[in-house]
Amino acid sequence: MSHHDARETRLLGPRVSTGIGWGALVALVLLGLFGLWGAPPDEVQGDAQRLMYVHVPTAWLAYLAFFVTAIASALYLWPRTRARVWDRLAGVSAELGVIFTGLTLVLGSIWGRAVWGVWWAWDARLVTTAVLFFLYLGYLALRRTSGDPSVGAKRNAIAALIAFIDVPIVHFSVEWWRTLHQQATVFNPRLSAEISGVMAWTLWLSVLAFTLLYVFLLDRRYRLAALEDDLDDRELDRAIAARVADAQPAGMASS
Amino acid sequence: MTDVGYVVAGWGITVVVLAGYYARIVVRTRRASRSSGQR
Repeated sequence: MSHHDARETRLLGPRVSTGIGWGALVALVLLGLFGLWGAPPDEVQGDAQRLMYVHVPTAWLAYLAFFVTAIASALYLWPRTRARVWDRLAGVSAELGVIFTGLTLVLGSIWGRAVWGVWWAWDARLVTTAVLFFLYLGYLALRRTSGDPSVGAKRNAIAALIAFIDVPIVHFSVEWWRTLHQQATVFNPRLSAEISGVMAWTLWLSVLAFTLLYVFLLDRRYRLAALEDDLDDRELDRAIAARVADAQPAGMASS
Repeated sequence: MTDVGYVVAGWGITVVVLAGYYARIVVRTRRASRSSGQR
């Protein structure tokens, strides 16, 4: 693959991106109002349960971001759809996924300290989530290694697909093993949301707000990656041109 | 720490991390745009 194909520098048009950014901001402000004041405290957990409105959406976005990475990686590996845009999208979505997984772990730890009395437990959900975090951290480190760009992109895509195997394991860990972590409140195998009223729609608002934020950040981060790739390409072109000029005989260079 | 303290810490960390990440994207994008001569 050439360095110069797929010059797409944006995922979304500027107006759409700005609109989604404002939508995310409004939804996040509303979430702050309802999540911290509007929704009632939980009968059992009290105010500590308000951590759910940030813990659940960050966990959802970790799944979504790694799903996007897996789909983009598969599209890169498929010869008919292979394009640099998919490799770049896989990388930026994985970066967001790592941030959201990190937040999920930290928020879960704080919530665990508040309701279980411990910062960490060797629980199936917690351990598989920590494994997910380190798997994708390794994937991001792999992306930074040098070498042939097209060979590297194929290797990265395969690594991303292997890492994605842990996502369903994380999600179903609370069903497969008896754990300290509670079972899924909404996306459970019974498909019955065990939450209702103001608390339920505040939770849905949190999922909407964070999803809009993810789309906005993904677009902005993608644009940055495209700009930095373009700079790297230009630098490479200059280095090649300088090398070619050096290789020419002195007489040809001056004529 | 009280329940409210844990909630404030959790929400605060979330805001700081995400706002910091966005600010970093903005700064790096401006720098890259200047270097490449694009707007």
